[in-house]
Amino acid sequence: MSRRHFLHTALGLGGLATLPAWSGIARPGPARVVVVGGGYGGATAAKYLRLWSDHGIEVTLVEPSAALVSCPLSNLVLGGSQTLADITLGYDALVARHGVRLIRDRVSALEPERRRVRLGSGDTLAYDRLVLAPGVDLIWDELPGMARPGAHDAVLHAWKAGPQTAALRAQLQAMPDGGICAITVPRLPYRCPPGPYERACQVAHYFARHKPRSKVLVLDANADVTSKGALFKQVWAERYPGIVEYRPRHAVLDVDAATRRVQFEFEPELQADVLNLIPPMRAGQLAVQAGLATHQGRWCEVDFLSFESSVASGIHILGDAIQSAPGMPKSGHMANQQAKVCAAAIVAALAGQDINPQPLYNNACYSFVSDRDAMHVVSVHRYDAARKTMTASPLGLSSAPSELEGRHALTWARHIWSDTLG
Amino acid sequence: MTRLAHSWPAPAGRRLQVALTLMLGSASLGIPAHADPNTQARAWAAACTGCHNGADGAETPAGMKPLAGANRDAMLDKLLRFKAGQLPATVMQQLTQGYEDAELRAIADYFSRQQP
Repeated sequence: MSRRHFLHTALGLGGLATLPAWSGIARPGPARVVVVGGGYGGATAAKYLRLWSDHGIEVTLVEPSAALVSCPLSNLVLGGSQTLADITLGYDALVARHGVRLIRDRVSALEPERRRVRLGSGDTLAYDRLVLAPGVDLIWDELPGMARPGAHDAVLHAWKAGPQTAALRAQLQAMPDGGICAITVPRLPYRCPPGPYERACQVAHYFARHKPRSKVLVLDANADVTSKGALFKQVWAERYPGIVEYRPRHAVLDVDAATRRVQFEFEPELQADVLNLIPPMRAGQLAVQAGLATHQGRWCEVDFLSFESSVASGIHILGDAIQSAPGMPKSGHMANQQAKVCAAAIVAALAGQDINPQPLYNNACYSFVSDRDAMHVVSVHRYDAARKTMTASPLGLSSAPSELEGRHALTWARHIWSDTLG
Repeated sequence: MTRLAHSWPAPAGRRLQVALTLMLGSASLGIPAHADPNTQARAWAAACTGCHNGADGAETPAGMKPLAGANRDAMLDKLLRFKAGQLPATVMQQLTQGYEDAELRAIADYFSRQQP
């Protein structure tokens, strides 16, 4: 589709003068899409909206951070084989190569009835379509101990890559040999199901080299390892015996951050030297505040043909914030894939074309078990028109971690960064 | 929810239908029975470029090479051999299980028509 086509359709409005004002149709100029959130989902959507509209749609990306710090590979920063600089990615190409307009700000409120968003600066941005990729919000209010002053400096989540990742690395480095690092895992669903277990491997890898008398305790609210379970357990038994200990059914009740004591629903409390608390999550705050998190007040239900909200016309929601279809993990790769479906649907809808009725895409997720070796899980996801959801193929898993897959995992990262931002 | 009650004018052929639908307050124009095969193949192929692209330039290691400009028949043959378990791989022998042969053909055909 050409830019001229967009302009032509934009100006050919004679017959539509009687349409209601909310339709937004009687406005000349290029179609405008505002994308909120520059993670894997939002950045990919912004890029592909430009590409697939032949630069005919005006795309504004609103993101407060100067760069994307990748959650994938961020556990390697804890293990010591990557730095934060290695996984920090700029938005330059989105702007320079693809003509995305980048605004470094937050969206403070949605005003859907006026089809605009309000920015932290007070300015407003009008849109024809809105894409929200707000990621996850960490739920702390069920843990009274985390409301005490200084609690968030002592007890880290490091579940959004960035300063917390560096701070957790520093805590591990400062911990004396013989200490205990406890990692708590929330009940599903949460961002990156295998992430906590990969993190346990990375901390164990660091301990094995530098603090061999130390231990990693994985305290899991779930009844079993939620992803790549047999593989992770084999890795812990064979590579990190006496270092990693896995304990299922440990749902955190509260913490005392000052002493790093954790209380559980059913099990006795324990004390750690480094307490890495990965709390329950919900859709990013903006989506929850706007009433879009219709599933248990936590996740946003969407139409899987377009990622349009089930309750808000013209608002599309991507990535970790959505109520996932069965077998669909909350992963950066999945957000990248969803963003392309969403971008294609918006481009088609704005041009009056049919939306692809058969979305078909995949997930690939590598976990590093050391500084070199990795293992994967992959799946294919296709639309089920009868049930209006996505169905997942059986999972494809590594037979064992390998150095070859470690190289593939690093290639995957470079390539998906390029696909998302380049 | 109004799927195609979009805020942008449709091409002339659809415009009246969209306008009528909006004015009548209809919830939806319905799901199309089929999509444009070109945009559908493009969408399916875009799922591959998360891994397969030219990010590394000439340095691209084995696997995850860019697919644009590939020979259609050679690519399809390779995909079908992955699917049949005749070509060892780490993930492609698994991912291809999730695709119909016709879908793999459409994807190979799409990439073969792209500039490398």
